[in-house]
Amino acid sequence: MQRAAEAKTAGAARVHSEAIAFLIMVGALVLAPMFAYPVFLMKALCFALFACAFNLLIGYVGLLSFGHALFFGWASYVSAHAAKVWGVPPELAVLAGTATAAVLGTIVGGLAIRRQGIYFAMITLALAQMMYFFAIQTPFTHGEDGIQAVPRGKLFGLFDLADQANMYIAVLLIFLGCFLLIYRIINSPFGEVLKAIRENEMRAISLGYKTDRYKLLAFVLSATFAGVAGATKALVFQLASLTDVDWPMSGEVILMTLVGGLGTLFGPVAGAFFVVTLENYLTTIGQWVFVVQGAIFVICVLLFRRGIIGELAQLLRIKL
Amino acid sequence: MFEVLGISSQALFGQLLIGLINGSFYALLSLGLAVIFGMLNIINFTHGAQYMLGAFTAYFLLRYAGLGYWWAILVAPLAVGATGIAIERLLLQWLYKLDHLYGLLLTFGLALIIEGTFRNFFGSSGLPYSVPPELQGGQNLGFMFMPNYRAWVVVFSLAVCLTTWFVIERTRLGAYLRAATENPTLVRAFGINVPRMITLTYGFGVALAALAGVMAAPIYNVSPQMGANLVIVVFAVVVIGGMGSIMGAIVTGFGLGIIEGLTKVFFPEASNTVIFVVMVVVLLIRPAGLFGRGA
Repeated sequence: MQRAAEAKTAGAARVHSEAIAFLIMVGALVLAPMFAYPVFLMKALCFALFACAFNLLIGYVGLLSFGHALFFGWASYVSAHAAKVWGVPPELAVLAGTATAAVLGTIVGGLAIRRQGIYFAMITLALAQMMYFFAIQTPFTHGEDGIQAVPRGKLFGLFDLADQANMYIAVLLIFLGCFLLIYRIINSPFGEVLKAIRENEMRAISLGYKTDRYKLLAFVLSATFAGVAGATKALVFQLASLTDVDWPMSGEVILMTLVGGLGTLFGPVAGAFFVVTLENYLTTIGQWVFVVQGAIFVICVLLFRRGIIGELAQLLRIKL
Repeated sequence: MFEVLGISSQALFGQLLIGLINGSFYALLSLGLAVIFGMLNIINFTHGAQYMLGAFTAYFLLRYAGLGYWWAILVAPLAVGATGIAIERLLLQWLYKLDHLYGLLLTFGLALIIEGTFRNFFGSSGLPYSVPPELQGGQNLGFMFMPNYRAWVVVFSLAVCLTTWFVIERTRLGAYLRAATENPTLVRAFGINVPRMITLTYGFGVALAALAGVMAAPIYNVSPQMGANLVIVVFAVVVIGGMGSIMGAIVTGFGLGIIEGLTKVFFPEASNTVIFVVMVVVLLIRPAGLFGRGA
């Protein structure tokens, strides 16, 4: 009885700390355009959503996908193509990109969960590389040029996204909506089963859970959210290019999540802002960016496995 | 000269030979990955970068020390293998008790550092490395022209692969190695220095990658990116073959090289992706891999 009561207060405290952190985040993001360039913030928000999507898989199911650029990049291509060539409004363009990512996620996830552990990472990486070659060969992606000058259009026929402020609000709302949805998924009964699989898959199977179905659904959800991020990014930058589907992009999203904190709610957001800011300052040093990224990987893995938010949560003894 | 399905024998066998050569590199690299994974439980993402380091060592030896190919094939694997040993002692040894994925992430970071550094100094374009004088020229076999160097690459890598297989599967040292893969604690209890064996295994796997790099130098150009995409293909090869068997890695490597070569002849558009397609098919039919022992 007493233990249950303790657990309940601990749970309440946890919700409390997460709610406060969420409000701080929203406040910061609403005020941020006064201090930073909107395009920079929108880029960071798209990557933050991408990292949250990736974290859903690695942080809560323990599956390392090394091919998430596949969903991000292909959603970005389809959304750009829909907006530019088909001339559909932005909400439908993002939806088309997201649907593409969901379909690709079902196929890739279905294949990759047939093997466990380290093979999972290699399979996702290989499939992403295969789709990268498709992106080079398919005419509609325009090869090295990418799809350029994508029109942002009018959201719901009302809000002109060519206006930077409107675009920022749209990106912010998309990000917050998906963030809350991911929070809901993680804290649902479904999310609890995912965590059980992460901790001990054999045990979850013995308890009667069809873990493959849970893993597949988690994979599809993660791919879908990555798709939302990619599709939105295509509208923000009015560009979809090979960079978004190539393997360094998959590495980058891993880096963001790792730096922020695997399996923490806010870690991917903090990590994405950290990495995007860093790259913003490092644009002048050319190829050294990769060296810096690599060094951060090594340092994080050896000394700093909890990440920024994980360490902070540990320090304050709260859950973030 | 004769034709098969409207394709000249020259083109067909030429591509088959290229396939065999690529297959040699796949075999050497996936062998190294499998040996390292067996002992360290780490997927060595740095493998592609270490292959590139082998090729660059050969290039440096020629350029700055005047030492040619034959020295390079001896020195480069030792030198790069030594850096591998340093990496294992300094970095990897702290990860053995953690989840596999940390090893993958650390070696991925190392690959970014090494390849980024080389790209800074040498750009993206390749540097030429010439075929050693002893192996220049070639033989006309009637149905195709066989350059001597390419024949050497196929024969020598096959010999290296088979020697490795023999050492691991048929000698006392190999028996220790296999035992330590199964149960390191028990093997240590018998008085065998397992940590040193792990270090040397990593050095050996890395040396194999460097050896492949030296052999690749005269065929492809020496460039900082030469290993980055190759390592992803080799991962697919490893998924197809499964890492449980040494011979499996060798057979899969050569076999996929040949399949890739044939695809270049009959359906060139798919030559980049055929190995990944094979991987998908294998995952659907035999999820554990062709030579895998369970997942």
